[in-house]
Amino acid sequence: MSVLSVRDLKVTYRTKGGDVPAVRGVSFDIDKGHVLGLAGESGCGKSTIAGAILRLHSPRTTIEGEIVLDGNDVLSLKPGKLRAVRWTGASIIFQGALHAMNPVRRIGDQIVEAITVHRMAGEREARVRAAELMEQVGLPQRRIDDYPHELSGGQKQRVMIAMALACNPSLVIADEPTTALDVMVQAQVLQLLKSLQRELGLAMLFITHDLSVLVEVSDRLAIMYAGLIVEEGPADRVFHEPAHPYTKALSGAFPEIGDQRFRGKPSGLGGDPPDPQRIPSGCPFHPRCAVVTPACPTLDVELWDAGAGSRAACIHVSGAPSLAASEG
Amino acid sequence: MIQTPRTSDVELGTEAPPPEAPRSPRAIRWARRRRALSGFWRTYRQSRMGMVGLVIMALFILVALAAPLLADKTGLNVSTPPGTPFESPSAQFPLGTDDFGRSVLDLVIYGSRISLLVGFAATAVTMLAGAGVGIVGGYYGGRIDTLMNAFTNWFLVIPWIALAIVLTSILGRSLFNIILVIGLTSWAGTARLVRADTLSVKERPYVERARALGASNWHLVTRHILPNVMPVIFANTVLTVALSILAETTLSLLGLGDPRNVSWGGIINDAFEAGALSAGYWWWLIPPGVCICLVTLAFTMCGYALDEVLNPRIRER
Repeated sequence: MSVLSVRDLKVTYRTKGGDVPAVRGVSFDIDKGHVLGLAGESGCGKSTIAGAILRLHSPRTTIEGEIVLDGNDVLSLKPGKLRAVRWTGASIIFQGALHAMNPVRRIGDQIVEAITVHRMAGEREARVRAAELMEQVGLPQRRIDDYPHELSGGQKQRVMIAMALACNPSLVIADEPTTALDVMVQAQVLQLLKSLQRELGLAMLFITHDLSVLVEVSDRLAIMYAGLIVEEGPADRVFHEPAHPYTKALSGAFPEIGDQRFRGKPSGLGGDPPDPQRIPSGCPFHPRCAVVTPACPTLDVELWDAGAGSRAACIHVSGAPSLAASEG
Repeated sequence: MIQTPRTSDVELGTEAPPPEAPRSPRAIRWARRRRALSGFWRTYRQSRMGMVGLVIMALFILVALAAPLLADKTGLNVSTPPGTPFESPSAQFPLGTDDFGRSVLDLVIYGSRISLLVGFAATAVTMLAGAGVGIVGGYYGGRIDTLMNAFTNWFLVIPWIALAIVLTSILGRSLFNIILVIGLTSWAGTARLVRADTLSVKERPYVERARALGASNWHLVTRHILPNVMPVIFANTVLTVALSILAETTLSLLGLGDPRNVSWGGIINDAFEAGALSAGYWWWLIPPGVCICLVTLAFTMCGYALDEVLNPRIRER
């Protein structure tokens, strides 16, 4: 049974400048012990999904579809029950650990807070548990009474991981956990996350714009573009043999050392991601696509079978309906 | 076991290794509070301005507390004055006497009680009302905020002295009413400050993290918003004490003070009415004026020093 099941999720921000459809119909499942990587450019709706899973958006933001976390229908929960599900059902490792901690409270207290808010233990037991968690993420127990500003960036991120694990959640959402860290620390934090995930058999939703990071930690990969998942499949396959032209452009942007094809400079992708309020018709990627066909601007794309367990929303994949059929 | 040796050192006052005996959470909390307090004092002591302010403030509070030992209360009664009217300073009356023959020094000593009491009590009213309205409005936003903001602005634009005069005449001239009136007319500024700070604090990622944690509104406000808004409230508190003492002086000077109690403003009012200015009874006017200046200055100095110490963002350890 899957820990998290998302069906046709649509999230629309209501702003003064009009409605912004940030997520436009996304479905995925995460099973126990599995890691789903979610990648895409800035503004494609990755973090919006993370917020929607725990219903953290302001009440004015509309969320449609279905989110089932641990058997709870998140979108229909009453406020009290919702609070109970937050952190115990799914916890979030926020991007930018620097700001995700209260500067005037000790880190130990902030780990304890997660446990005592849910009345899972008394203050004293919670402190013992917090100390264990500190050890588990590779921090000395004596740092428990430090303030956030006394820690380095990598240490703060470790504390964030400890917090995320405090209530034994079924799902951990890692929202760009390694941005703003230097490459060495990034590697250490990733290694820690991966080993904890294996050790505890956690389900994990790993969000980043860094494909090379995702391929290291994920079992499956989902690539997002303009509020939609455009390709989904086993991590290796999606990264090394992408089916969607957008994924091809993304993975082509990472040069492989020693590979002749990457001599010179890595290939990139021209243009900018579309404005969520003015998304192109048909396949939203067609204005930037290298293999665009005349049918693309009017074609309603969905995830079609692309072979080897992969699915992609592109007219060129094997499972797509024939051009003649779509034109007719 | 979880605690660092540092805590135990403070608690035991020795360099001995910490005992492994389990301690109650309350003991841990108190040890930590003691440590935090001594750290606070260490930092505060480094501010010369703060220390000067604190010494002056302590001196006045001491005088107010020890008033019955320093002055004879029966001498304050107009029917039993110790001297003759308008005596200039002498060995018996270091600050001369007033129009009834009462010792001005004794009046000033007893006046410090009322002035300080009104200062502190009115500040408490100001802070509770201001912080409450500011945090609730800023945190909940939307319609509640609009309402609270309109209410705050209404109090801000009304000239406080006019409102205070009207209120005291309606409520009557008593000590309690003076405190209430000063509190009611001065909370709006605090509410604005607190609201602005709450607005910025509530958007910080750690508040979102705490919400994702499953924390309730009450928990968010008391554990995350309030501690971060506290430096603003606290520094403001000390400054408000100074303003409240000035406000009390103003009201008493206008003859709206409590006639049954002596306050510094009241002494100046009496002196004015008796024509002390034209008659040259300087000993009657200057001492209470100097006291008001000194106390106001002392609280202001402490307020600035506290802001430096209490704001963790500008504090270094």
